[in-house]
Amino acid sequence: MTGWSRHTGLAIALDQENVDTDQLIPARFMSTPRSEGYGQFLLNDQRRDHTGALIEAHPLNLNPKTSILVMRRNFGSGSSREAAVYALVDFGIRVVLAPSFGDIFASNAVNNGLLPARLPDAVIDRMIAQLGASTAQVTIDLPSSTISIANESVRFDLDATWRQKLVNGWDDIDLTQVHADAIAEYRALRAQQKPWIFSAQETAG
Amino acid sequence: MMPRTLLDKLWQEHEITRRDDGASLLWVDRHLIHEGSHHAFAKLAARKANTAEPGLTYGVVDHYAPTRGAPATTDIARMISTLEDNAERYGITCFGLDDPRQGIVHVIGPEQGLTLPGMLVNCGDSHTSTHGAFGALAFGIGATEVAHVLATQTIWQKKPKSLRIVINGQLAPGVGAKDIALAWISKLGADGARGQAIEYAGETVRSLSMAGRMTLCNLSIEGGGRFGMIAPDQTTFDYVRGRPYAPTDADWDRALEAWASLKSDPDAAFDREVEINAADIVPIVTWGTSPEEALPITSTVPEPNNLEGADAQKLSETLEYMGLRPGQPLSDVVVDQVFIGSCTNARIEDLRDAAAVLSGRKSKVPGLVSPGSKLVKEQAEAEGLDRVFVKAGLDWVGSGCSMCVAMNGDAVPAGNRCASTTNRNFRGRQGRGARTHLMSPAMVAAAAVTGHLADVRPLLAGRGVA
Repeated sequence: MTGWSRHTGLAIALDQENVDTDQLIPARFMSTPRSEGYGQFLLNDQRRDHTGALIEAHPLNLNPKTSILVMRRNFGSGSSREAAVYALVDFGIRVVLAPSFGDIFASNAVNNGLLPARLPDAVIDRMIAQLGASTAQVTIDLPSSTISIANESVRFDLDATWRQKLVNGWDDIDLTQVHADAIAEYRALRAQQKPWIFSAQETAG
Repeated sequence: MMPRTLLDKLWQEHEITRRDDGASLLWVDRHLIHEGSHHAFAKLAARKANTAEPGLTYGVVDHYAPTRGAPATTDIARMISTLEDNAERYGITCFGLDDPRQGIVHVIGPEQGLTLPGMLVNCGDSHTSTHGAFGALAFGIGATEVAHVLATQTIWQKKPKSLRIVINGQLAPGVGAKDIALAWISKLGADGARGQAIEYAGETVRSLSMAGRMTLCNLSIEGGGRFGMIAPDQTTFDYVRGRPYAPTDADWDRALEAWASLKSDPDAAFDREVEINAADIVPIVTWGTSPEEALPITSTVPEPNNLEGADAQKLSETLEYMGLRPGQPLSDVVVDQVFIGSCTNARIEDLRDAAAVLSGRKSKVPGLVSPGSKLVKEQAEAEGLDRVFVKAGLDWVGSGCSMCVAMNGDAVPAGNRCASTTNRNFRGRQGRGARTHLMSPAMVAAAAVTGHLADVRPLLAGRGVA
């Protein structure tokens, strides 16, 4: 994964709360290999009719170059499916602005270079009202945690670790290898103190 | 020493190291995987990494498992064989489609004794909180994190805040763990416990069976809580003892000794506390498209006229999707089908609850009953529950996630209304355009015999059901 510090792109607002991961990508599409691209499935049941044809009037279909979404609370709640993040990323979405995110979704997002930026309800209210059905050019600056829209600049909330991961494109497995000795030491002690956790295979045959 | 919560104790026990930014590297005692792990195995293969602890990892076929006959499509068959192939390649024990222990991951983990008190349990599934019912630190993770656990047997995590939900009082007959869960979720909201680890406590929780406790912990994520946990007690130990993977002999004695300390200290401080009186809870059903949109069966459908602006508009859209009339009594809502199953409510106790209502009665609508595992199925058949369901006119089928998540081909047709024992009433969850009402197994049985959402309590009269 490559890191990023600054992104300027097209933003739209979808005035919806509790957009769960089942909506982001319905389960029936999840047996598709990632190589085929998951962007086509993003919000499928909103964006496509029963024949699979795109519904022209949907804001994402009107603006397929959208890279920033403004959403209401509890975005990405529900299932842990990382495919929901793949659908957003493969569509071209780099940033989601919302008052709150599902915990697992937010972790998954950061692991795939997608920024889940938290903003107060009042700011999101104003953005949704200002944007309406239109689009805006928006710049996100990760190091300073700011969003610039028109002449206004707003700070968003982001865990410091997550910011570092996004900026550096870090992979946790690499970071964890540094602690290999501590892990080995912990494991040895745990196996000694709680042997039943490790002996399950042998006892069960 | 500072009094500690159960969360504090479990966290400390699993913490290998902590970074300056507050993130802890935690040891994973059990890693459970299912067909959805294919993305994680692909990541592992891409970096030519191996599994760190295949002996602590267990696989099971559930999300795509067919409930009748062969897999519905070649894609579905491929998902199943990919898991079985990956498990074999990396030396992981897998309860495949033909294994007599196959079932839903959150049913078979406890059933096999793979889930034990004091463990840290991870699985690439948000309902992993289920295992917290044993006093375990259990949480769902995404595919990148699954790859990380496979490669290192550890997970990075920031310690969440603690929320204690205390439930006291006597539950009325016909009211159970599912109603408690929907009660607190509707009270606090679908993101009410976001960023928090829930400990369920109080005399009502103590009186629940392990099945009830698992239902309660399972639904933690529907209120935004990634963790749900209950301190283990004699009920827990009685459940665990003798399970295939549970400790035996001297190990059992040592384990019991260790497990005795797995409870919050009397003076431990929680970041937040919520109290619920069990006696106030009546059977609950969801009416909307989020689990927070739940009301007692005795209520009426909410009215947009009582709201303003955007809120009224959103409610109207939800009611349109759900095909409901504002102000309509919930008990007038006619259903098209029922589903009894899922990691939330497909254990033997759940099937008994439903059968107690259905016994000697006919279902007015079609429906599926999918037991949580092959062993639950076997047990139910030994008790004659299968005959109750079949005589009522319902289909008694195989075990898996089935119609809860509609991945295996079992789906609710567009526009159909389903009374369901599952965990999510999201738009399209049970199939495109499906209308889902969540409720307990007894309440689904009541909907089946009446043909509409219905209060189960009068149907239990004279049946000697607790």
